[in-house]
Amino acid sequence: MSLLTREQERIRWRSRRGLLEMDIILNRFLEQHLTHLTEGEIKSFDALLRLPDNDLLDLAMARKEPEDVGLAALLEKIRKS
Amino acid sequence: MALPRQIFDTVIVGGGGSGLRAALQLAEAGHRVAVFSKVFPTRSHTVAAQGGIGASLGNMQEDHWLWHMYDTIKGSDYLGDQDAIEFMCRKAAEVVYELEHFGMPFDRNADGTIYQRPFGGHTQNFGERAVHRACAAADRTGHAMLHTLYQRNIRARSQFFVEWMALDLIRDYEGAVVGIVALEMETGQVVVFQAKSVILATGGAGRIYHSSTNAFINTGDGLGMAARAGIPLEDMEFWQFHPTGVAGAGVLITEGVRGEGGILINSNGERFMERYAPTMKDLASRDVVSRAIDQEIKEGRGVGPEKDHVLLKLDHLGSETINKRLPGIREIALKFANVDPSREPIPVVPTCHYQMGGIPTNYYGQVVAPRGSNHSEVVPGLYAIGECACVSVHGANRLGTNSLLDLLVFGKSAGDHIVEWLKTNPQHRDLPADCEDLPLSRLARLDSATSGESVSEVGRDMRRTVQHYAGVFRTGTLLREGVAKIREVAERVGRVAIQDKSQVFNTARIEALELENLIIVAEATLTSAEARTESRGAQSREDFKERDDKNWLKHSLWYLEGGRMDYKPVNLDPLTVESFEPKVRVY
Ligand SMILES: Cc1cc2nc3c(=O)[nH]c(=O)nc-3n(C[C@H](O)[C@H](O)[C@H](O)COP(=O)(O)OP(=O)(O)OC[C@H]3O[C@@H](n4cnc5c(N)ncnc54)[C@H](O)[C@@H]3O)c2cc1C
Repeated sequence: MSLLTREQERIRWRSRRGLLEMDIILNRFLEQHLTHLTEGEIKSFDALLRLPDNDLLDLAMARKEPEDVGLAALLEKIRKS
Repeated sequence: MALPRQIFDTVIVGGGGSGLRAALQLAEAGHRVAVFSKVFPTRSHTVAAQGGIGASLGNMQEDHWLWHMYDTIKGSDYLGDQDAIEFMCRKAAEVVYELEHFGMPFDRNADGTIYQRPFGGHTQNFGERAVHRACAAADRTGHAMLHTLYQRNIRARSQFFVEWMALDLIRDYEGAVVGIVALEMETGQVVVFQAKSVILATGGAGRIYHSSTNAFINTGDGLGMAARAGIPLEDMEFWQFHPTGVAGAGVLITEGVRGEGGILINSNGERFMERYAPTMKDLASRDVVSRAIDQEIKEGRGVGPEKDHVLLKLDHLGSETINKRLPGIREIALKFANVDPSREPIPVVPTCHYQMGGIPTNYYGQVVAPRGSNHSEVVPGLYAIGECACVSVHGANRLGTNSLLDLLVFGKSAGDHIVEWLKTNPQHRDLPADCEDLPLSRLARLDSATSGESVSEVGRDMRRTVQHYAGVFRTGTLLREGVAKIREVAERVGRVAIQDKSQVFNTARIEALELENLIIVAEATLTSAEARTESRGAQSREDFKERDDKNWLKHSLWYLEGGRMDYKPVNLDPLTVESFEPKVRVY
């Protein structure tokens, strides 16, 4: 495995959450997508990571839809991972 | 002195519920407080708590702190210290009302008082009937508590060091704790923080188990720091398990599933609970169900390629009932077990949930350790609170909702004690000359190791070893083997290597440092469990099925040095009321 860039490392750390469910969901997503996220996706991901854990879990489990429609595409990738 | 230095009155390692509560007490008293957290404080694991905070407010029925005290002592299987338990139960109403005053959005009754829910083990009049004692904020109690306390701390000007990892304590030549050494993740900078007092509030270490409900950050760093500084760890054999976590993931499947008719089956398709609990079957108590599942696995009737779990079958309920009566279960099973429960059973396994043991303290939060003939001599300058501490209010088993209460009560009391203590000890003590050696040598080893096993490989073996040998079903043979196995893993931890040598956001390095803490907790757990030849609370030994008050009404103390065990008596003397003598527990 090649080393991650610092930006990727930062994202990986911020994906450590207070809820186990989110740790698992984000971990799966990163395993599949981390090394080829576009700049735009990184921006969206950062925005999602700023949400409180419970709100993020509701989005990831598709119990709710994001207010910012710009996040929908990336969220879909997370849900499918 | 090579490393940069910063000075505070108090350094708090941990920004969860307990750390934030203590910080607030100190900051509001005008102290300079630094709070360290590996993640943004409101993402601490406290956010996961849903059930509520226990306090005998008596808003629903008559209630009394003495009844709460009785329930807690009984729940602890008489291993809890009765002075600390009285202290906590008496303070409960006060800390809940304070939290309400800080802005906590508690659920309310029509008359405006705080609504209280029922919770297992909480009773009226010394076990007569259930009482509603849990104060909650919908299903987001922990989340609301963290946000409330964090906002308050910002107002009180507590200073936050977010995405910093504390590495080690600094003790001077007289044994007093005078600061910490910490690492900033973003830059890789290592800094010495000098302080008049240090509070450890690093939460639980549930990630020593393969199956755990704890988030990945729960790696027992405070326990590792204390143990490396020569402080023993207390009652580490006691871990609370939930019978049904999704195998391989740890996410909980609520007991409601069995309540609605879900049944557990082994590899032969047998409904094995009929053998263990002929009347209650799958609805037997948590302990009984957890132990039965683990025994099925140990005796080779587990399911899957590793035969390491059993199945929770609910397809016979029909998808309509599942969707109506068990909302959310289908999505959880799909997401975390990859099965549709209306067609296939869910793989489940007893899952580690809560750590009763920890760093020994008194009810002021002061860390205490044996010295000479005194079994509880104060370690000057050091405090521990929350799940990483062992006060001990939970003894051999925790009552639901008592943990959030413990964070508030002892977070506050540690803060208060420090305020008083600093009045007579206003000076910083000198840092010892070698104060940076230990953490720097740990980092240097990781930076220089060119070949070795990976953290993930060794970490997996540690988690599997603990799960297998220190699970719910324990025997002397298993535990002896487990102690030997975990020591082998510990040696391997000392030789792990990381590829990434960067200083900036090096998560591999953080995970290696976390593993060094986890393995200490794992060794303490196995060694303490092997030594305790009785069954009490969460420790159940197949070869010693009874509680043995004559020989074992005492707290275990495990030392990192030589893996040595020591013991100290349980405090059976409450502060003002009469002692609750040990009795056989029946629920
Ligand atoms: C799913 C679940 C539900 C629960 N529900 C309830 C409930 O309803 N009622 C109840 O009473 N209890 C409940 N509990 C238990 C309770 O939530 C925890 O015991 C409690 O929240 C622990 O709080 P804490 O302050 O000790 O630690 P945490 O909230 O875990 O915080 C630890 C802090 O320490 C920081 N930290 C750790 N190591 C370092 C380091 N090396 N350097 C810097 N910072 C560090 C972390 O970043 C974090 O900020 C539940 C637990 C789980 C898992």
